[in-house]
Amino acid sequence: MGAGRTLTPEFLAPETPTPETIAHLEERARHVRLETIRLIAIAKVGHYSSTFSCAELFATLYYDAMRLRHGEPRWPDRDRFLMGKGHAAVGLYPLLADWGFFPKELLDGYTRLGNPLGDHPDMTKVPGVDFSSGSIGHALSAGLGMVMGGRMMGRRFDVYVMLGDGEMQEGQVWEAAMAAAHQKAGNLIAIVDRNGYQLDGQVDEVMGIEPLADKWRAFGWEVHEVDGHDVAALATLFRRLKQDKTRRKPACVIARTLKGKGVGYMEREAGWHLGYLAPEDEAAAIAEIMGQPAGSAILQGDAQ
Amino acid sequence: MTATNTLAGPVNPGSWQYRQLNARAPGLSYLSDALSALVEDGHPVMAGTADLQYSNGLARFAARYPDRFIQFGISEQNMVSAAAGIATTGVMPFVATFASFLGLLCCEQIRMDVAYSALPVRLIGHHAGIALGFYGTSHHATEDLAIMRSIAGLTVVNPADGPQLAAAIKASADHPEPIYFRIGRGQEPNVYDDLPDFRFGKAIEHETGTDLTIIACGTMVHPSREAVRALRASGLSVGLIDMHTIKPLDRDAVLAAAERSRIILTVEEHNILGGLGGAVAEVMAEAGTKAVLIRHGIRDEYSLIAPPTHLYRHYQLDAAGIETVVRDILA
Repeated sequence: MGAGRTLTPEFLAPETPTPETIAHLEERARHVRLETIRLIAIAKVGHYSSTFSCAELFATLYYDAMRLRHGEPRWPDRDRFLMGKGHAAVGLYPLLADWGFFPKELLDGYTRLGNPLGDHPDMTKVPGVDFSSGSIGHALSAGLGMVMGGRMMGRRFDVYVMLGDGEMQEGQVWEAAMAAAHQKAGNLIAIVDRNGYQLDGQVDEVMGIEPLADKWRAFGWEVHEVDGHDVAALATLFRRLKQDKTRRKPACVIARTLKGKGVGYMEREAGWHLGYLAPEDEAAAIAEIMGQPAGSAILQGDAQ
Repeated sequence: MTATNTLAGPVNPGSWQYRQLNARAPGLSYLSDALSALVEDGHPVMAGTADLQYSNGLARFAARYPDRFIQFGISEQNMVSAAAGIATTGVMPFVATFASFLGLLCCEQIRMDVAYSALPVRLIGHHAGIALGFYGTSHHATEDLAIMRSIAGLTVVNPADGPQLAAAIKASADHPEPIYFRIGRGQEPNVYDDLPDFRFGKAIEHETGTDLTIIACGTMVHPSREAVRALRASGLSVGLIDMHTIKPLDRDAVLAAAERSRIILTVEEHNILGGLGGAVAEVMAEAGTKAVLIRHGIRDEYSLIAPPTHLYRHYQLDAAGIETVVRDILA
């Protein structure tokens, strides 16, 4: 940290996370994956692999980058998080519960009748969800609106919008990208979870989106490419973005990720966008995430 | 003089567009002036448009409050979703574009981001109906009332003129739900004096009659009133209701008129399917009224190309046409 800067807690944080922080973020990413498996077992079907690809992003945002207050989901100065790829919400809910935005018991009734937690996040039902999602392509526009409203109200918060790479095919994303650069929305940060797959197959076979970084740059954005599973790299990047209060360009983080990351058979085989795990597959997945040898089924009982 | 506008780019009150705006569509000044009044009353209001600030008159507001105006360019869907985002921060956004684009192109953004999310966004669909005449079917909006009316949680208002629009905007400051305002092109004659009484969902009864009651909305209130005057002058007992709020519909007003009159005639600048006529039909059918309903408007077709006044004459949506329709019914 350079001398002469105001010593707010943000600026006191070193740019490079400590080994303890890195270990904590990795543990939280494992938590996201384990909870995803536990919750989808309740629903019987869900987006495992889409959530696993952004587990480190969730963990880094919610436990390092974002400014939040425990138990205050509507704190007006909080950083905002929106999901274009709302189908990964199952991985977000455990973190919102962890922040005290709603009772953890709600997780146990995921997708059951009367429970607010569905496959896609709903701001009218779930405290801590900053914007509803489900129709792909709206989130960046809504995030830009939050920047504009915050600007008029004299509030300075950062707005993070996580987009799927398949979502790049939606025209409204590029309307919003153009508008955000025009409005010099420096506190808007788009994150593209570049996991390479969408429902019908490989993104670049379904509808090619490359050269993606060049597209965002051409629309007037500052672009950063990063390994989306390297929590140290992610934390360092998000800290630098947060500390740069003079940025006039919105920032796009292209996070290179693996769909299904953390569970070998999902990483290796396409087609896991939506799925349900048989008990033995679930046990193998949990064991692998826990770093234990495949085949150890000690957690199977806990997960069901 | 050029007002520097940090959000919207320059607005030049000396430009020909700005002068045309004031000369040709004086009714459009009500929108900007009503929004300005909200600002002056301390309401956190923003306005935005999609490359139509001269068509909807928001250039006046932009020149006055440049930091409260957002020019979105030709990206209507982005504008509607962004308005929802703005509303999450405690600001009340008013976004305006042609009704054809707002009500049809942005239907899903309105449903998901605005109405379902229950955010106090105000959507202004202007040049509704066939007001854009020879610009063609792409610019006509004769479906928007039917679409907006079926979106849960959305209030749908079709003011008769500028003063009623201003009154509705003023009333909207205390209205928690999102609202779709459907307005004309700003060249319509006024029905009301400045700031008439306005309550969402409370129709305005102009005349009562036993032979027939016209229930009209929006731009059709003025010609209906002219027609009713002529009909009453010739001894017919014809009533008139201004049904400015399409949703929630004033059921009591409909049923009282159906009790009093043999015939109800709805008049709207919209397809007779699903709009005002559809809404009134639902109320009358469910209540089992003795009165008969006849719907007048665009009869499930794409309208012709012509100057608006010619179209109103062709479709019998001017005062003479409405009078003829009523005389034929009562003959």
